[in-house]
Amino acid sequence: MNTAISVRGLVKTFGRTRALDELDLTVTSGEVHGFLGPNGSGKSTTIRVLLGLLRADAGSAELLGGDPWREATELHRRLAYVPGDVTLWPNLTGGEVIDLLGRLRGGLNRQRRQDLLERFELDPRKKGRAYSKGNRQKVGLIAALASDVELLILDEPTSGLDPLMEEVFQQCIQDERRSGRTVLLSSHILSEVEALCDRVTIIRKGRAVESGTLNELRHLTRTSIQAELSSPPNGLSTMPGVHDIEIDGTKIKLEVDSVKLDPVLKQLVQSGVVSLTSQPPTLEELFLRHYEDDLAVQNAEGAAS
Amino acid sequence: MTSLTGTGGLVRLVVRRDRVLLPIWTLLFGLIPISFVASIRDLYPTAADQAKYASTSGTNPTFLALYGQLWDNGIGGIVVQRAGFVPVMLGLVSALTVIRHTRTEEEAGRRELVGATVVGRHAALAAALIVTIAANLVIGALLALGMTGQDLPAAGSAAFGLQLAMAGIVFAAIAGVAAQLTEGSGAARGLALGTLGVLFVVRLAADVGGKDSGLSWLAWLSPLGWGNRLRPYGGEQWWVLALFAVLILALVYASVALSARRDVGAGFLPPRLGPATAARGLSTPLGLAWRLHRAALLGWTVGLGALGVVYGSVAEGVKTMVEDNPDLEKYFTRIGGQEGLIDAFLASSLSILGVIASGYAIQAALRMRTEETSGRAEPVLGTATSRIGWVASHLAFSLLGPTVALLASGLAVGLAHGINSGDVGGQLPRVLGATLVQLPAVWLLTGIALALFGLLPRLTAVAWAALALFFLLGQFGAVLQLSQSVMDVSPFTHIPKLPGGELQVAPLAWLLGLTTILVVAGLYGFRRRDLEST
Repeated sequence: MNTAISVRGLVKTFGRTRALDELDLTVTSGEVHGFLGPNGSGKSTTIRVLLGLLRADAGSAELLGGDPWREATELHRRLAYVPGDVTLWPNLTGGEVIDLLGRLRGGLNRQRRQDLLERFELDPRKKGRAYSKGNRQKVGLIAALASDVELLILDEPTSGLDPLMEEVFQQCIQDERRSGRTVLLSSHILSEVEALCDRVTIIRKGRAVESGTLNELRHLTRTSIQAELSSPPNGLSTMPGVHDIEIDGTKIKLEVDSVKLDPVLKQLVQSGVVSLTSQPPTLEELFLRHYEDDLAVQNAEGAAS
Repeated sequence: MTSLTGTGGLVRLVVRRDRVLLPIWTLLFGLIPISFVASIRDLYPTAADQAKYASTSGTNPTFLALYGQLWDNGIGGIVVQRAGFVPVMLGLVSALTVIRHTRTEEEAGRRELVGATVVGRHAALAAALIVTIAANLVIGALLALGMTGQDLPAAGSAAFGLQLAMAGIVFAAIAGVAAQLTEGSGAARGLALGTLGVLFVVRLAADVGGKDSGLSWLAWLSPLGWGNRLRPYGGEQWWVLALFAVLILALVYASVALSARRDVGAGFLPPRLGPATAARGLSTPLGLAWRLHRAALLGWTVGLGALGVVYGSVAEGVKTMVEDNPDLEKYFTRIGGQEGLIDAFLASSLSILGVIASGYAIQAALRMRTEETSGRAEPVLGTATSRIGWVASHLAFSLLGPTVALLASGLAVGLAHGINSGDVGGQLPRVLGATLVQLPAVWLLTGIALALFGLLPRLTAVAWAALALFFLLGQFGAVLQLSQSVMDVSPFTHIPKLPGGELQVAPLAWLLGLTTILVVAGLYGFRRRDLEST
């Protein structure tokens, strides 16, 4: 298996702000890789470094086997990029922009262009200034998806799309995966990433905090359990891996680290289980856990100052 | 008036955003004419000297064309005439300020953000007009006080202050209307500045032949002409102020009426559908640049061409004026006779056309910065387009665009003057040659803009400041008796005074060399720096 993107210890500062803080990111050829993080965590900065639009201060980045800064022009023939906020020239039509960006990349597939225009229900004859946010985004997406390239770099590409178009987008990415293209999909929409991505990297404050397949990451999450027992529970609150426990007579609510699920269940069974519901871990929780840490830190800083 | 709710808050927003620019131009326009008084006293100390000025420079067609009539032979009158171009500059700045705080805000979508809060629909327009009008009144007051403080008559000083303030306010109101008509701020700026240009040309045509010329009634068609007819220090015609008041009120009423009839974000002309696919030419960075620059190229070429027709048509008339004026004739015989006078007029006209073309050069070069900060450069540079290739596509228009526009202008001057003087074959080549000579100075401003874009992208506005400085040096340097080393800062100082003067190649070569260095530095800087985005 080849590596499409390999980033090691990437650092990028803007003045005093450290936007990327020794970031690591690996995207394998042929996979759809989710790049998750809250606003301002450094997703777009990483992508701009990978596109050679920004120059890294330290660390290494390799894109399709080349140096993204020095070999930008040659590498860009083999990839297509959609920014999170597509701005169009007010006096060019959507169709003209799709063709222009495709040709600047080295050509685009007419048939796919036509299919995509129909699937996304976009009128290509409108001038750039007449499009809504969602329609501008479609112009960028069609220009990228209609190009015959190895790698798609999509930076929050669905912002502004309605749920129907979001569905069309997901189908398109599934098609891309089947035809073997590599996709780096930056997003903060968790359902989208869960539906599309083979592997996920979670970034926070310019640093990768988690990376792996969805199954691997689920091991890092917690399962929430509600149970009614035949006798009051015993010793659960001191067990490792148990969090947020609430006991009300024989009723119990708790969260348990997915890796500690087995001993906790055994303990529950000892007290006699009358009823039990459990909720599987979602990516959302994983994300929120990191996000809540941020909020907690911010609140603490806010309180201190 | 709920449609004005929130105006006070928006006034503070406008003042906050312009907290550097606003005081600078208010002080600049208020103080420059005051500073003329000492220099004029120095240059023309006695009444005889002042009368001499009145019969020579005061009736010199070049001065009349640029500054307007001289109504009083004293210090006050001379200062008013020499500051005759200040109303045009003030109009320019006022118009740009209003559009910047109305249509530009709306185009960027910030108007929507503000409009969703407790703000009436006319509040943004009202706030922009209030701040600009207030700034102009401050300039007028500053000027009136400053001139009175220099022992000049109070009535004349008040009229002088009002002349400038009214010019600024009229063009602020014109910009308020233009901002309602178009969807893009570029088009609104074009409309307002185009109007300014036309009204200037009307005043120029009225004044160039002197007070008694058959065309002097034209002055009543241009507010710039009215300002001159207010006659500060020369028997003030106060009733002219009523003309200003009526026009300003009508324009403000029109802009409010237009603003009440349209949607936020929309203009009056509905957008049309365009082609669904790109033409073959739109396949390269240069093809894209052509689409982005062609409207400006056309506008500038037509505008400079029209101005060329005006300058060219009046050049021959310069001779007859001199025949009526023995003092002037004597003066110009000294510097080369009647032919010398026409040549001097042509040379100074072409120099002004060169300065105007430099504005186009800067505008075209800084289009790159607009593309960058608006996020439109990013997807293009995300394709197989190299940074150098992208810059080169815009640079082509920044260098060749002003060349085409200036040549059209030179052609117009040469043809109009040639036809008038019955010598097209003789005049056209020498006027065209003299036009070409301006290009090294024009291109230097392209170089300055590109170097700033590559090395100090946040300071690209300095290119405009440089052009303003060069223009002010050319206009006021002589009056202020600045030393040659200060005058030498401007590239236009080094351009040979053609036709009629001597063609010196060395300064042109220096300018071209300097331009090359600036362009290379800009390219080097841009290749190494981060692309900025919103």
